[in-house]
Amino acid sequence: MGAHGTYAWAAGYFDDGDRPQIVTSRFKYDDSYTLDRYHESGGYQGLRKALEMQPAEMADEVKKSTLLGRGGAGFPAGVKWGFTPAGVWPRYLVVNGDESEPGTYKDRLLMELDPHQLIEGCLIACYAAGLSQCFLYIRGEMALAHERVAKALDDAYRAGYIGKNILGNSFSVDIVLHWGAGAYVVGEETALIESLEGERGMPRVKPPYFPAAIGLYGQPTIVNNVETLANLPFIAANGSAAYTAIGTETSPGTRMIAVSGHVKRPGVYEIINGTTTFRDLIYGENFGQGIRDGNELKAFVPGGGSAPWFVADQLDIPFEGRQASSAGSMLGSGAVIVMDDTTDIPAAALTLVKFYAHESCGKCVPCREGGTWLYRILERIVAGNGTDADLDTIREVGQSICPGEMPHAASERLGLDAVPFPYKMTTICFVGPSAYVPVHSAMTLFPEEFAVLVTKREVRSMIPVTAAPVGGE
Amino acid sequence: MSRLNDSNVALAREIIARYPKQKSALIPLVHLSQQQNGYVTEEAMRHIAELINVTPAEVYGTASFYEMFRFEPTGKYLINMCGTLSCALLGAKQLLHHAEHTLGIKAGSTTPDGLITLQHAECQAACTEAPTLQVNYRHRFRVTPADFDQLVDDLRAGKLDNEIPPHGTLGRNRQQIPADRAVGAQHPDDVTSGPAWIEIVPAGGE
Amino acid sequence: MSDEPDNDLTNEDDLVAADTAVETIPEPDPNAVAITLNGREIVARKGETIIAAADREGEYIPRFCYHPRMSSVGMCRQCMVEVDTGRGPMLQPSCMITVLPEMKVETNTPMAKRAQEGILELLLINHPLDCPVCDKGGECPLQDQTLSHGPGESRFVEEKRHYEKPIALSEHVLLDRERCILCDRCTRFADEVAGDKLIQFIERGNATQVSTFPDEPFSSYFSGNTVQICPVGALTAKPYRFKARPWDLEQVESTCTSCSVGCRISVHSSRDELLRFQGVDTGADSDSVNWGWMCDRGRFNFESIEAGHRLGVPLVRSEAGLVDTSWNSALELARQLIDGASSIGLLGGARGTNEGAFAWAQLADAVGIAHRDAQLGDGLSAELLGVPRATINQAAAANTVILVGPDLKEELPVLYLRLRDAAVHGHTKIIEFSSQSTGITRYAWRSIRHAPGLGPVEIAKTLADPTIAAQIASGDVVLVAGRSNMAVSEATALAAVQAVLSAVPNATVLPALRRGNVVGALQLGLAPVDVDHDALATLRLAAAGHLDLLVLLGADPINDCPDADLARRAIAGARHVISIDTLPSESTQQADLVFPAAAFAEQRGTTTNLEGRVSRLNQKVTVHGTARPDWMIASELASVLGHDLGFTSIDDVTAAIAATVPAYASATPTAIDSADGVLAVNTGGGLPSVEATEAQPSGYDYRLVVSRKLYDRAVSTTMSPSLAKLPIGAGAHLHPADHDRVGEPDGAEVRLVSASGSVVLPLVSDDTVQRGTIWAPFNQAGADITDIVDSSTAVTDVRIERLT
Repeated sequence: MGAHGTYAWAAGYFDDGDRPQIVTSRFKYDDSYTLDRYHESGGYQGLRKALEMQPAEMADEVKKSTLLGRGGAGFPAGVKWGFTPAGVWPRYLVVNGDESEPGTYKDRLLMELDPHQLIEGCLIACYAAGLSQCFLYIRGEMALAHERVAKALDDAYRAGYIGKNILGNSFSVDIVLHWGAGAYVVGEETALIESLEGERGMPRVKPPYFPAAIGLYGQPTIVNNVETLANLPFIAANGSAAYTAIGTETSPGTRMIAVSGHVKRPGVYEIINGTTTFRDLIYGENFGQGIRDGNELKAFVPGGGSAPWFVADQLDIPFEGRQASSAGSMLGSGAVIVMDDTTDIPAAALTLVKFYAHESCGKCVPCREGGTWLYRILERIVAGNGTDADLDTIREVGQSICPGEMPHAASERLGLDAVPFPYKMTTICFVGPSAYVPVHSAMTLFPEEFAVLVTKREVRSMIPVTAAPVGGE
Repeated sequence: MSRLNDSNVALAREIIARYPKQKSALIPLVHLSQQQNGYVTEEAMRHIAELINVTPAEVYGTASFYEMFRFEPTGKYLINMCGTLSCALLGAKQLLHHAEHTLGIKAGSTTPDGLITLQHAECQAACTEAPTLQVNYRHRFRVTPADFDQLVDDLRAGKLDNEIPPHGTLGRNRQQIPADRAVGAQHPDDVTSGPAWIEIVPAGGE
Repeated sequence: MSDEPDNDLTNEDDLVAADTAVETIPEPDPNAVAITLNGREIVARKGETIIAAADREGEYIPRFCYHPRMSSVGMCRQCMVEVDTGRGPMLQPSCMITVLPEMKVETNTPMAKRAQEGILELLLINHPLDCPVCDKGGECPLQDQTLSHGPGESRFVEEKRHYEKPIALSEHVLLDRERCILCDRCTRFADEVAGDKLIQFIERGNATQVSTFPDEPFSSYFSGNTVQICPVGALTAKPYRFKARPWDLEQVESTCTSCSVGCRISVHSSRDELLRFQGVDTGADSDSVNWGWMCDRGRFNFESIEAGHRLGVPLVRSEAGLVDTSWNSALELARQLIDGASSIGLLGGARGTNEGAFAWAQLADAVGIAHRDAQLGDGLSAELLGVPRATINQAAAANTVILVGPDLKEELPVLYLRLRDAAVHGHTKIIEFSSQSTGITRYAWRSIRHAPGLGPVEIAKTLADPTIAAQIASGDVVLVAGRSNMAVSEATALAAVQAVLSAVPNATVLPALRRGNVVGALQLGLAPVDVDHDALATLRLAAAGHLDLLVLLGADPINDCPDADLARRAIAGARHVISIDTLPSESTQQADLVFPAAAFAEQRGTTTNLEGRVSRLNQKVTVHGTARPDWMIASELASVLGHDLGFTSIDDVTAAIAATVPAYASATPTAIDSADGVLAVNTGGGLPSVEATEAQPSGYDYRLVVSRKLYDRAVSTTMSPSLAKLPIGAGAHLHPADHDRVGEPDGAEVRLVSASGSVVLPLVSDDTVQRGTIWAPFNQAGADITDIVDSSTAVTDVRIERLT
């Protein structure tokens, strides 16, 4: 079943208007995931074009497109490819299909609804960057994506697109479908590599473990997000100029954004990068169509669960990285979660804090211990058993994870100025800070909701942290 | 019989051969054993350790990191109820309570007939369709209490057998790399030169 | 003497270098990196981490997961400092960041201190406050750093994480998961250092724990090291638990003599009782032996020194058996026995001190004892020590290491660690020749199997292979040489060593002889003059009734000689037997006169390890009973015999060694006490030529391999309660395919028949055993495999008879 039949928001959306559709163009077909449909709609033409070019030319085309990584960090893919050290072989492509950021899903759709587009993207990347084996790591909990991608790979192998001497060329590459098994942190690229090596998915420390230099099996490795790769067939087929014609100079092309929560029409929309604003996305007729039940917007998460929250003051910010960071947050993985004025803000924050505390891999102390501590304090506060001292403790624990000034949005209501993104961190990856971000945003932007929960001020006795040895020095 | 059976051993060897290093097959093989046995047994972990030449402790250390691997008998259907923000905003908590009431069990346990295991879960990447749940990792969208009851009735009546395989089976089809097309995995130490299609830049070039 | 034999200025290159240095400005050291540390310019080394550079400069950065002998993981985040590489100060873990030129590092800024305090507070939220009852209290890095760098108070009011109190990871090691801070040291040790990946993190996040696989204990020979490196009281060793508080302990540095690696250790006691041994690491730049590691045998067998069975008074045989006697009457009796003997054999000396061995050799010279040997037919010719010697560091840095000898993991465990490290983390390629899989096989570049007795042939053939020859030609080669199989004759074993040396004449040799001071004893006068006077010749003489007196200096031939039958007949056949020992053994039980000897840690002295490194033994506890050091017994005996050895103190003996034994000329007491010890190597000579007999298969089905396990019936193991349960027991191990052929279940008893006897042993299926061979562990509880070994034949062929 195509997007039409499965997702309410898809009805009419893909046939409606003349918005550019770079990666979702086939979503309107019920058989969008088949090789036949792919062939009928221009499939594998990008690969053919690419193979007519020298690999370096193709890589240059990607560089010129300024295609930004869609996994969360938003780093230009072409530049990332260039970080591989010269003359070191083999090099690998690892496809990050471990999408699990709260609020986000676009990679799952791209895998379920148009797997050949992803496969073609992988092939173009391998050809251009000299990557001799590709591992397509799909989040374990996506059974349908596994089935669809496995079938598509089988068909593409048989059709001569994957494997030895692709389309009669000297280009030869295997694509191996790899199953994840349920761990959010594995979406972090070094953890993904650990996991692919059969290890516990614990992030490696960068430096020195930048995957482009020391990645899978210690070899240069490109880790690209599914959506990033899905853009390559378009770029290869139409050229980088056609791509940069859409969007803005710093944020070209389109990107997929999932809008969920209290909007009238939650859905996953392909928007023009750089110019579309949060207001367009939440209120636009083509997208979210406004807040449900005629309610007011209270707050929204602009870039997946780990992004600091925005409020109505930030609605006119466009999907452009720098503007989002100076406003105190990030665009992250393309997910907007909308909360209306009926939302219990501390309880909403609690779900995210719980998520990140639960998903800590356990490697860094601030995340392992601090995340859980934050969760337990907040849980107590939400249950009505908190004190004002707990609010201070949350900030102190937060400081142990993110020392220094913590980014947040401006609020005219509270007279707050924005503190720009990013934060400093004592952890290796972003899971630890992400456990603090939601509660920090909630406490900063909605202090009154916490104030009513913590009415009891208790002066707690301080507990000595360790007993001095008897008779010791 | 909780070691891998003969056909699964053959499959395991095929999977192992796809990777430049054997240990990469660890997670796929633990999935395979879970598909065979419904959960991950000690014997299966020992067997996998033999197949990929690591210690059982390494298999256990890796496998226990990942939530999808269950180390005790699990219902034929594992129902994961999402509770993260988007679902929470649209009634996930109430739905979980309803599910517990319908099944007569607390989240984290299995119905006495062994058919259904219910648990709380985190974001399932279907946030626009909140509240969601997964049955053996197959989504159900915008689930109402009535939908949930219907789902349970259908599962009990075997009406979904075609759509939802028993717990442990991730995909009903697996990738099959045709031998005549496969390039084949090479240990990275055995690769000494760049791929054939890449023009080698002479030393000192660029 | 230095590790590097070639550092004199007489070589031409050096002269040129010295010459030009006068005129040109010296090149800047390419390995030096100038950085700023807390405002101070320092010179760090290229490639090192900030924390390592800071340590050398005496700037202490708090840490838990960092360990200089293991890879950095950046896990605990305790060592966060501010690092500025030109883009402004950033908080970074100092264990992960490599120094770069012009880097500015601040370890004490408010931001860094806040981060460090924050981590400590977080580490402590789930850590129990049981310091007063914790074994680690008083020497605990977490406790110490909390006092020096910590916040002082906790805001944590939630319930702490709870786990079942200590669970046993192994026979020796207990884990208290509540105290564990998940620093990854023990798990990293098991993986990176020991190669025994038997403990792992399990679960995830806040539920992460260290665990074994269910029902598979952490049965590593090196498990005790994890206790030593645990930065909290999570891992404790059973033998030490609740025995003492750190502030009650006294300690002294010494050298482990459990095997000939000679690990540097510290010996801890309280109230004159030995309580624990720990490995000592003198630092990355200086430590050339054990890097702080120990094996569990060396770590825990001190229990035998405190055992209730120690010999405390001289014993003399009477009609009622061995009875107590006085030192005076014992010495007088010994004088009579020696004076009355026209032929005397002296065996042993390899378990004691240099001084003991030297004094006994002096006595033997004075009395004219021609038959003497520090080995018991279980080693290799002492001439091996005349071949140019390699150090452990040289072996671990060599291009190629050729192994023709015992399973190092079983016999010289810490040498195994060093060579494993060289193969895994260094560039050394190991070529192993053996008759079964060994601990090092997994790490060997080539592991060549040969039938027992066919080693020389296989070695010659293999080393001629072009690929292997090219590897050997590509750099320096160290030969680790010893006895791999006690069911083949010493001549056959020696022929294998010779085969390597004739193919690779430039190879230096690291002798893999096992007993603690075997090299010292051989170098100091207890080596046989020729094969006609070695241990086996002595035992044969005694067995034939031609030896008047057999003196056993800490030697137990009945258990340690590969030809047990010969040893038993020898002890029965010798007219008289004098034994000098610390603990009763099968051999002391049959002696006419027993002198109680001072044990390890009860005496001062020196020892010589397999490299020839002379290092210090220190006394920590009072000697048991009236036991005396070996040198003193020799000295007193000499005196009653009318000879004056001239020793009145241990230091007299040490000095006499330096004065009279050329190899030991530099081994003065002061030099020995330097961090690295002194190398005493007497090269020259070379191996005796041995005829390589090509032992072809006989009518028997199997060829026998007998070799040692780390834990066997050695008294120091059986008298140490922590170790006594660990020997695997006697058995006949067969390859699974051969095992199937026998058609008896695992554990079923069968009779092994050789040309010289038969023995009944249980069958064990074992895939480390080569097809067509039987492997039997040496000196294990149960029937004695050496009953069917004849030391006069080249190989031992065996057939299996079913009992049913």
